[in-house]
Amino acid sequence: MRESKLGLDFTKVDYAKQLAKNISNDVQTFVDSYSTVAVERTLCRLVGIDGVDSNEAPLPNVLVDFIKDKGMLKHGVLFLLGNAIVATGLSPQEIAEKTANNQLDITTLPLYDEEKAHKALQPYIDSSIKRIAGNRRKREDFIKNNSEGEKPYLYVIVATGNIYEDVIQAQAAARQGSDIIAVIRTTGQSLLDYVPYGATTEGFGGTFATQENFRIMRKALDEVGQEVGRYIRLCNYCSGLCMPEIAAMGALEGLDVMLNDALYGILFRDINMKRTLVDQYFSRIINGFAGVIINTGEDNYLTTADAFEEAHTVLASDLINEQLAFAAGLPEEQMGLGHAFEMDPDLENGFLYELAQAQMTREIFPNAPLKYMPPTKFMTGNIFRGQIQNALFNAISIWTGQGLQLLGMLTEAVHTPFMSDRYLAIENAKYIFNNMKSIGDEVEFKKGGMMQSRAQSVLDDSIALLKRIDEESLFDAIEKGIFADIKRPKDGGKGLSGVFEKDAHYYNPFIELMKGKR
Amino acid sequence: MSTGLYSTDKKEFSNELNLKEIKPYGDTMNDGKTQLSFTLPVQCGDEAIEAAKQLMKKMGFENPQVVFYKELTKGFTFFNCYGSCTHNIDFTTIVVPKVDTSVMTMDETDEYIKQNIGRKLIVIGASTGTDAHTVGIDAIMNMKGFAGHYGLERYDMIEAINMGSQVLNEDFIAKAIEMKADCLLVSQTVTQKDVHIKNLVELVEMLEAEGLRDKVILCCGGPRINHELAKELGYDAGFGMNTYADNVASYMAEEFVRRMK
Repeated sequence: MRESKLGLDFTKVDYAKQLAKNISNDVQTFVDSYSTVAVERTLCRLVGIDGVDSNEAPLPNVLVDFIKDKGMLKHGVLFLLGNAIVATGLSPQEIAEKTANNQLDITTLPLYDEEKAHKALQPYIDSSIKRIAGNRRKREDFIKNNSEGEKPYLYVIVATGNIYEDVIQAQAAARQGSDIIAVIRTTGQSLLDYVPYGATTEGFGGTFATQENFRIMRKALDEVGQEVGRYIRLCNYCSGLCMPEIAAMGALEGLDVMLNDALYGILFRDINMKRTLVDQYFSRIINGFAGVIINTGEDNYLTTADAFEEAHTVLASDLINEQLAFAAGLPEEQMGLGHAFEMDPDLENGFLYELAQAQMTREIFPNAPLKYMPPTKFMTGNIFRGQIQNALFNAISIWTGQGLQLLGMLTEAVHTPFMSDRYLAIENAKYIFNNMKSIGDEVEFKKGGMMQSRAQSVLDDSIALLKRIDEESLFDAIEKGIFADIKRPKDGGKGLSGVFEKDAHYYNPFIELMKGKR
Repeated sequence: MSTGLYSTDKKEFSNELNLKEIKPYGDTMNDGKTQLSFTLPVQCGDEAIEAAKQLMKKMGFENPQVVFYKELTKGFTFFNCYGSCTHNIDFTTIVVPKVDTSVMTMDETDEYIKQNIGRKLIVIGASTGTDAHTVGIDAIMNMKGFAGHYGLERYDMIEAINMGSQVLNEDFIAKAIEMKADCLLVSQTVTQKDVHIKNLVELVEMLEAEGLRDKVILCCGGPRINHELAKELGYDAGFGMNTYADNVASYMAEEFVRRMK
């Protein structure tokens, strides 16, 4: 029997989840018949294609663009690659290199038996699957043999632009007690339709996500993890136009947490909704298989819309995101659904409303490692008050059992964190988490009081909103500006030209091999 | 607690306020008391503390005190310090260029536009370039506004179009032409390595190339922008920290009327 401290009616919660499932099913019907250039590039990477050509263009881009220009992309890259392996006896990597050097046109080779072509791909497919499963096992073994941080995991960011400088900052943060290190991406990377290559030392407001940078940071965190006897998770951003590619690269390099939210990209990066929902599906399949915790970006709605008035849009979106994740076989234990502490500090009893909402989110998604975002919108540069705002946020987190605690920096709105800012944030959280550890078990809420009423009304409003979305579709709802007061047209935004309908020969065995598996 | 914070030693300074020689104020006029914190890239220890004190002396602090220190990670030590500043400033000679308008309320601005312009002002705003932050432009433009100041979308006499973030300068200008904009607002939040300056200057150059620069009131805003910098970059006005839609709307209305004359 589920119990609610907030007097939530769980038949209502179940109804809300059913509505969200209908909405997700409708999206999935569309997603199932489409693919994108990003998905095809991901498949290239998953059969071992990597590196760049003489113009620094990544080989997965070179090959996919080549096939697209020939008008053959609807068959899918693996159909042509499998056939090319049979025809030439070359490896996928060699085929991509020869394509880049204009020595091979895989679209004009004689067609062999499809089954034979699929079989020719098998060793390359198996090799990736084995490597990703191995990374997962390595993580689990490390945790078993050493330890991991207690939830809420302390999550901090590094953002120097230089991966080697990031390593210094990240190792320092781990020694100070962080459990998750997120390497912020350089501004604008989400809008690049390719993933840069190699180790990078120049970025604006962050560091390029590249497979080599992933590898460098993973190694550094493994080292410091051994030193502190605790597994340190690595987080990056599997969003934007290269969503599934980054998922694959992260899975291959042993990342642990990925921002992974199509709705966020649609609203805040103006990425075309069809493109990114198709991309998201495959990326979540990969993340699910790799044991990666995904983070969703609902907290961002509240940076543009009001946190009190629009709380129900956050819950509605979390519910939809949960169903979209289920559709991709991602288990609840890997769903870092997002929400935030963003009410105006001048609001009377704002703390109580925040507490009610955090508890509500906890009860509605009992098994998800919820991602709780600190105040940002009302951080003013008054660092002294900022430290208190973060303390209130930390109190709610330990009280309501959040999963991933993005630590608030006292210098939010001033600069990217200094080493000392991170220290002060970790100290703040550790103090409060220890000092208030069992408050959630000890304190109940007044029946029919302000907090219970608040949570119940947010749930009711979410149900009303989900009904409206269910009557139309998620696509229509976004066009009308239901989330974050932002309107996005179905055929607008970036990346639409990379979406295509799959034809009969289309082949993606990774869905079968990875979805819902481990 | 270190000694000195509550020292009762006689201070050898005047307790009178002299605007020609102002100094930080702790609890006594001209005590110069300042708090600061920083990290030095050295191991924690007596030498590190001494280094912090000597550094503060070089910065111009008397009686430097390290009240807290902590090694953040091997080879980096964090300090909280206090000291008495020996420098002073002549406040009477300070000149700061400012946006030269009165600040009206939303209703006053609407009324002013009705009376003096007789039609809605068309205002387009965006966070341009690679900048993904909408918090600044939203604070000025969104209906709800920020900190109790309604945004431009709520003004009856302003047609406000918020293009959001990561808008290319090309697209921004195209929209301005399409909508026959009177005023353009550019928000820049990310300032790492001065990327905002490059982007702001590029917009001015592109507007000049299109022959549009004099036809619009061009404003920029952001946490690291001020009016002086804006003028220097070729903008009509700049809005920094602690300015709201009221400031921007009043300025645009009055400047528009000034140009009509």
